[in-house]
Amino acid sequence: MANVGIVIVSHSPKIAEGAADMVRQMVGDSVNLAYTGGDPGGGLGTGVASIREAIDRAWSEAGVAILVDLGGAETNSEMAVEMLDEERRDRVVVCNAPIVEGAVMAATEASGGSSLETVRRTAEELSPQ
Amino acid sequence: MTPALLHRLILAVADEVIAHADELTELDQAVGDGDHGINMKRGFEAVRADAGTTAEKPLPDALKAIGTQLVMKVGGASGPLYGTLFMALGKAIAPDASNLSDAFASAVEAVKSRGKSQPGQKTMLDVLAPVQLALAEGGPDLPDRLPVVAVAAADATIPMLATRGRASFLGERSIGHMDPGARSSALIVASLCRALEGSSIG
Repeated sequence: MANVGIVIVSHSPKIAEGAADMVRQMVGDSVNLAYTGGDPGGGLGTGVASIREAIDRAWSEAGVAILVDLGGAETNSEMAVEMLDEERRDRVVVCNAPIVEGAVMAATEASGGSSLETVRRTAEELSPQ
Repeated sequence: MTPALLHRLILAVADEVIAHADELTELDQAVGDGDHGINMKRGFEAVRADAGTTAEKPLPDALKAIGTQLVMKVGGASGPLYGTLFMALGKAIAPDASNLSDAFASAVEAVKSRGKSQPGQKTMLDVLAPVQLALAEGGPDLPDRLPVVAVAAADATIPMLATRGRASFLGERSIGHMDPGARSSALIVASLCRALEGSSIG
């Protein structure tokens, strides 16, 4: 069974890339990982099209967990998930967790072969209840 | 609705948003990340570029096409929010727009759900909700009344405390500024109504 994939969505391409570097350092190539940052015009922001592409790149039959930073990253990610094919839509979750810590924790959990739900829960343990 | 009228409406709304891009940016610089004007401009330039083809479609499909353009091109939280508004409207509306009020009500519900927000939080919903109420009341003077309702509702966000969106990070400091999303919603409603004057929606 494949491991859950991880997608990192930040307003800043540099934060997205840096968070992905930290994930790789922790889990190597044992999980599919993709990151995206920046709006459709190249400025700070997020966009549905690039998030969909990132989900494709990180795709795993076990599902994909998305880590986001601020408001628009979450809204755009949720929109991107809804626009997926029906058979994929239910296997992608947007985690309510801090982006850097959440990505590293989620990826570490995923690298052990945990289910999508467990990966999400591990990341979300970092959020204040 | 004829393709010619639909074309005119699309251009009117797109031109209005594009013309006010700097103002929207200034409003967003005060309480947010300052990208609302440029984001909306990019989205509506894409909508404008496709206006000819879009206007040839039946109204529901045209609205869905506009929504999809906004989702893909605007970015920020406004892209999915305005995209959802137009797509949900396209999904619910009859080709002759005879159920405009009900369709708009379901589109506003879709925006609430997309943004996990309610009126009163200093967002675009503080314009969309009163506009929807006025639409539901109906009356022959609607095209005159709706822009007044929309602009007044945007002005009414000035004293509000933001509890959703980037402005909520400012807490009390969000008070005293108009919400940029409320302003862009008012611009869209007002320009649509002005362009409709003298022509029947059906």
